[in-house]
Amino acid sequence: MTFKRKATPFAVLTVAALALTACAQSDRDEGTETTGTSDGGSSTFTFGAAGAPSVLDPFYATDGETFRVTRQMFEGLVGIKAGSAEVEPELAEKWEPDASGTNWTFTLRTGVKFQDGEPFNADAVCKNFERMFDQNDAGQVRGEYWANTFGAFKAKAADSLYKGCEAKDEKTVILSVTRPTSGFPTFLSLESLSMQSPKAMTAGKANEIAAQGEGFTFPAYATAPVGTGPYKLEKYDEANKTVTLVRNDEYWGEKAKNAKVVFKIIPDESTRRQELQAKSINGYDLPNPADWKGLESEGNKLEIRKPFNVFYVGLNPNKNPKLQDVKVRKAIYQAINREQLVKTQLPEGATVATQMMPDTVSGYNKSLEATKYDAAAAKAAITAAGGLTLNFAYPSEVSRPYMPNPQKLYQAMVTDLEAAGIKVTQSTKPWAGGYLDGVDAGAYDAFLLGWTGDYDAAANFVGTFFGNLAQNNFGLAKQTFGPTLAGDLAKADSIVDEAERTAAYEKLNQQIQEEYLPALAISHSPPALVVGDNVEGVVPSPLTAEEFSSVTVGGK
Amino acid sequence: MLRFIVRRLIQMVAVLAVLSLLLFVWLKSLPGGTVSALLGERATPQSRAALEKVLGLDQPLWSQYLSFLGRILKGDFGVSNGVLVGRDALDIFLQRMPATLELSTFAMIIAVALGIPLGYMAARRHGSLLDNASVITSLVGVAIPVFFLAFLLKYIFAIKLGWLPVSGRQGSEIEGTRVTGFFVFDGLITREFDAAWDAFKHLILPAVALSSIPFAVIFRITRAAVLDVVDEDYIRTAESKGLSNRIIRGRHILRNAMLPVTTTIGLQIGALLAGAVLTEQVFSFGGVGNILAESFTKRDYPVLQVVILAAAAGYVIVNLLVDIAYAVIDPRVRTR
Repeated sequence: MTFKRKATPFAVLTVAALALTACAQSDRDEGTETTGTSDGGSSTFTFGAAGAPSVLDPFYATDGETFRVTRQMFEGLVGIKAGSAEVEPELAEKWEPDASGTNWTFTLRTGVKFQDGEPFNADAVCKNFERMFDQNDAGQVRGEYWANTFGAFKAKAADSLYKGCEAKDEKTVILSVTRPTSGFPTFLSLESLSMQSPKAMTAGKANEIAAQGEGFTFPAYATAPVGTGPYKLEKYDEANKTVTLVRNDEYWGEKAKNAKVVFKIIPDESTRRQELQAKSINGYDLPNPADWKGLESEGNKLEIRKPFNVFYVGLNPNKNPKLQDVKVRKAIYQAINREQLVKTQLPEGATVATQMMPDTVSGYNKSLEATKYDAAAAKAAITAAGGLTLNFAYPSEVSRPYMPNPQKLYQAMVTDLEAAGIKVTQSTKPWAGGYLDGVDAGAYDAFLLGWTGDYDAAANFVGTFFGNLAQNNFGLAKQTFGPTLAGDLAKADSIVDEAERTAAYEKLNQQIQEEYLPALAISHSPPALVVGDNVEGVVPSPLTAEEFSSVTVGGK
Repeated sequence: MLRFIVRRLIQMVAVLAVLSLLLFVWLKSLPGGTVSALLGERATPQSRAALEKVLGLDQPLWSQYLSFLGRILKGDFGVSNGVLVGRDALDIFLQRMPATLELSTFAMIIAVALGIPLGYMAARRHGSLLDNASVITSLVGVAIPVFFLAFLLKYIFAIKLGWLPVSGRQGSEIEGTRVTGFFVFDGLITREFDAAWDAFKHLILPAVALSSIPFAVIFRITRAAVLDVVDEDYIRTAESKGLSNRIIRGRHILRNAMLPVTTTIGLQIGALLAGAVLTEQVFSFGGVGNILAESFTKRDYPVLQVVILAAAAGYVIVNLLVDIAYAVIDPRVRTR
């Protein structure tokens, strides 16, 4: 046997592989030039998404990855001013309430068409609201944002905030609610309550959602929804994990700068970073704060959002009776060195919280000062209370905008608590694997959690946390102040006069911090998104509601 | 032979039935679950209760299992509640399967195409530089965890050198027509060579990473088997009879040495699929491995059930095929 003969199969294989490579290469060279993202002149904006959109009909969605996509395709009556949490006109040019604060007249923008050519008018608005209001059992479960804002569906019309919709003429619509509330009409800016084409919804049987096994099936419409926005859906390629949107050339406003937006689904964060390094994507959301400096030194741009969240330690006096004493709660607060925590564990731009909502929300009390770190005072109070053992929990397998690394934040807090003489028994569970369930079931004495606001209203922060005695994680029903606080929050929410309402919330924020302290506000963190150096026009939104129609890649 | 196959098929059904029960009980015992998956952090007790009622999750466990089994028998494996909400779980699996098969096939081709000839040559030149070098390479192949090798390859060839793509199955700018779901094959049959080439480039790094262990194992088994066989009397007899090298190599050495190698290849397919979970994660490859990890993190039980049951079925089927191949290669097995 000679070497030559043995080598033959390898030689053949090598030559064949080279030939195939060459062939394919030459095909590529002769083929049409594909749109690159690194050529400095692309008209496609490719964004790395951490997850697949769950369902493309925003009404049934609750997750940020879905909204990131649908936000480019849909608009609401009310919009959000770029770069802030303030509301601004979108499909409605203006709106005003009657004296009772329950009948709101919206004047609609004219000349707007849905992406299927259907006109947008008062009739379409009413059809949308009737569609959202009238859901079957499965739809009522999935229409979570409607349930959170309007309270109930048609089946329980008496409990619903929604009363009715009247199309007065082409461009005038009256939306009626059953009682005045601070959130309305601000929450109409929510992505879930966007306007969709009535014709497409009827054709695609949009409301035919059904329970099947342990999940829900959606009608055809949910994969081909139609809005009025600057982009429309081209395709959702599940096998290749990409969602492609194309420019809506009939858009009523300023046309989108890029012809296409592609969302490339890459669940692993380090892979998203590598894709950006390799220039195969133009940006991604929520880069790990530990990577911020590195990303910038590689020439990328960090777009830092104003914090619109609060990170807090929840306390559950039902589980640990010692926590019923406000002095003990305050001692825990004093024991945590939040200045240090913010400096060492949170991204640049994070601040120590003085109350349970960020300073951009009206009703924020500017005069409140952060509770000072005072280990000695904490220790004395804990000793006076006869000591304290806390079953303190944190979530694993998760990173949230308000707590990028729960474990590290937790460890720092535990060190502080133990220094103040508090015994800590540590608990942890995966975020979706029992942690949230545990918090809801009241399994822990203390726990880490936070909240990113949905819309600019105090009701969406303190109201959500402490406004409902039957549904909260802080054992409020059994706290002496619980009913008073919930009642006062409801009262403040129903005040029609804005200045009066703001003052009421400011006062409540002071009481929450100084008298009640049901939870310990820790910090507000600025989440970021990162884009390549040739990307312009990204306006970071506190609500993470960036619109990509203003984005250019490589100067085009 | 037929009885043998039928018996194995019955065994397979029994295995899957037991597994479905174990799986159901295990998933139900895990913290978290469908409600958390569907409602997330904003779930209120009211919405949780409403969801449980709508989905029948408030029923006793045995009743839930029976309806689960009933649905499976009707071919309804449920719909995803986390990965691709609302899509049929079996469809998701079938849609992702081609990616994993394509990746595993490429990896296996690399492993076999390199492992068998190298193993054979190493054995025939026992103690040579080639032999020693290959043995060391194969040891390294076994010792390095697949995901580490995957990271390393990705770092060098995709990020530093930029020769190959970082992740995914096909560039987002490529408009490939989908026929079978095997992207390279689809590109070839539709004559969209651009798409085929792009998909092929996306395959190279994950396939090389994934092939490391099967390559090393196949190489070592081939080498050992050939070393065993060449010392046999019948090889000496064949050589002394003056038979040609081709006949000795093909009919006497390789055919006999191939028995353990075939078994190994079969067993490696199972290991390959396990390795694919990690490799697909590193390269965000969009196959079954990817979906397995994702469905576990998101507590998407319907998808998890389908993937695990299908993996078990696949494993049993592969074993069956290996046994049949064994019988074909070695006539003695058939008569037993």
